[in-house]
Amino acid sequence: MLLRAENLSKRFGGVHAVRAVGLEIAAGAVHSIIGPNGAGKTTLLNMLSGIYRPDEGSIVFNASSLTGRQPHEFAAAGIARTFQNLQVFMNMSALENVMAGAWLHEACGLAAAALRLPRLARAELKAREEARALLEFVGLARWVEAPSDRLPYGALKRLEIARALAARPKLLLLDEPAAGLNPAETKEVDELIRRIAARGITVVLVEHNMKLVMEVSQHIVVLEQGCKLAEGDAAAVSADARVIEAYLGCST
Amino acid sequence: MVAVLPLALANNYTYEIAILVGLNAIVCVGLNLLIGYAGQISLGHAGFFGLGAYGSAILAARYGLSPLISLPVCVAAVAAIAWIVGKPILRLKGHYLAMATLGLGIIVSVVLATEDRITGGPDGMSVPAVRIAEWVVAGEATWYWIVGGALVLTVWLAQNLIDSPRGRAWRALHGSEVAAAAAGIDPARHKLAAFVISAALAAFAGALAAHYSGFITPSKASFLHSIELVTMVVFGGMASTFGAVVGAAVLTTLPQLLTVFKEYEMVLLGAVMMLTMIFMPRGLVPTLEGLYAAARRKSE
Repeated sequence: MLLRAENLSKRFGGVHAVRAVGLEIAAGAVHSIIGPNGAGKTTLLNMLSGIYRPDEGSIVFNASSLTGRQPHEFAAAGIARTFQNLQVFMNMSALENVMAGAWLHEACGLAAAALRLPRLARAELKAREEARALLEFVGLARWVEAPSDRLPYGALKRLEIARALAARPKLLLLDEPAAGLNPAETKEVDELIRRIAARGITVVLVEHNMKLVMEVSQHIVVLEQGCKLAEGDAAAVSADARVIEAYLGCST
Repeated sequence: MVAVLPLALANNYTYEIAILVGLNAIVCVGLNLLIGYAGQISLGHAGFFGLGAYGSAILAARYGLSPLISLPVCVAAVAAIAWIVGKPILRLKGHYLAMATLGLGIIVSVVLATEDRITGGPDGMSVPAVRIAEWVVAGEATWYWIVGGALVLTVWLAQNLIDSPRGRAWRALHGSEVAAAAAGIDPARHKLAAFVISAALAAFAGALAAHYSGFITPSKASFLHSIELVTMVVFGGMASTFGAVVGAAVLTTLPQLLTVFKEYEMVLLGAVMMLTMIFMPRGLVPTLEGLYAAARRKSE
């Protein structure tokens, strides 16, 4: 098991956003977390990336405990993510965004940076090439040098994915990568997720677009009002009576 | 540019202004790493400047240490102080650093003014001339080259830092702290690094200033001077090393030229800050660069 979360709970004042949710993420597959608005999907993702500290429960990733750690420690352990409300570094170019994403692999000492030692200059050249390759991988080859505040919305979504991939994660958390995209762009994201999974990176997807979820994921977790309602593969989940009721609100 | 400037400097007075510009520019280039790149505000950098100045002066005057030793010792000590102050504060989100440095700056200037047995109090203290073997370092022209060289070195180091993964980590924090942390960048550690470097550069400039002028007063460590330094950075252009130098040059020279307005210096400073924020929030140099780039796109 790549990631095992047990009994995760998070309260915001009187709102119980997530209650006692357990999650097992197997390596090398695409997992999806779905549920109606306000079900606690993003809260759960924020706990899995360390941005929220769970009130209760534990997170074990790759056989080491991450419970109570800081977000940058989650990243160092091999968990990268994108954001539902874009968090692109708007003060940098597309290429620099991706290079910043690679920080964990090109961290350098202050002295080496200030004196621009030859070793660092060579590493920078390599980092630049790798970032360029990642931008091509997500389909942003024509935007490489562009300031990121000039990129269209759909491109920013993919820029965040490239930046997350630059950290060379074992687990990639995607928070609504298709939100606000047209059907053609959604199809590109669908294909991109498959190519990421083919690289051996485990993907956890939070998404409202059911067509996308059903097509790409091997394992689906359904949340409702902070609790886990059902889980299984696409066929099992879409046939589950409780899931249908939660989404359509009909009672028989 | 540092090399060409002496040709235009006719007399000692203009040399003196150029040296003051250089000293302020060193502080501003460092402060810009903190404000423009790491996205934190310090309202107490004059305090670090004052600690560097008095520290090096006291070590040289009372303990007979060569400035070649007292200067690096002071810079290291101020860096340590900044580290101790910054470490707990920068773990918090938000602009707590501004508050803490404001307090620290005030403490420094009060201590410098009241501990008159060591510092000479509000009247200031004199600093012995720098001697290296038989050579007495004095004269405006000599100090121009020393300060000019120090500024070029500072700009070079700052530019290298900015173009490195370290600099990108700072800009990432400024762009989106949560996304930077999700990329493995520890916000507290990187903000602290920028704070310590900027404080050390302020102390470096302060020590140079003390040995250059031969006489120092606590006013250089005052809150007013801290605000002047921040205004220089904001006016010149945040996240632009060249902008920090230009900001220091303009706002150091202007009051010298407009001595009639001496009494209104604070008003002038406030007006510059307000007009900058309203009409060119990115600062002078980045705004001009933007206009130039737009004009070039148009002509193509």
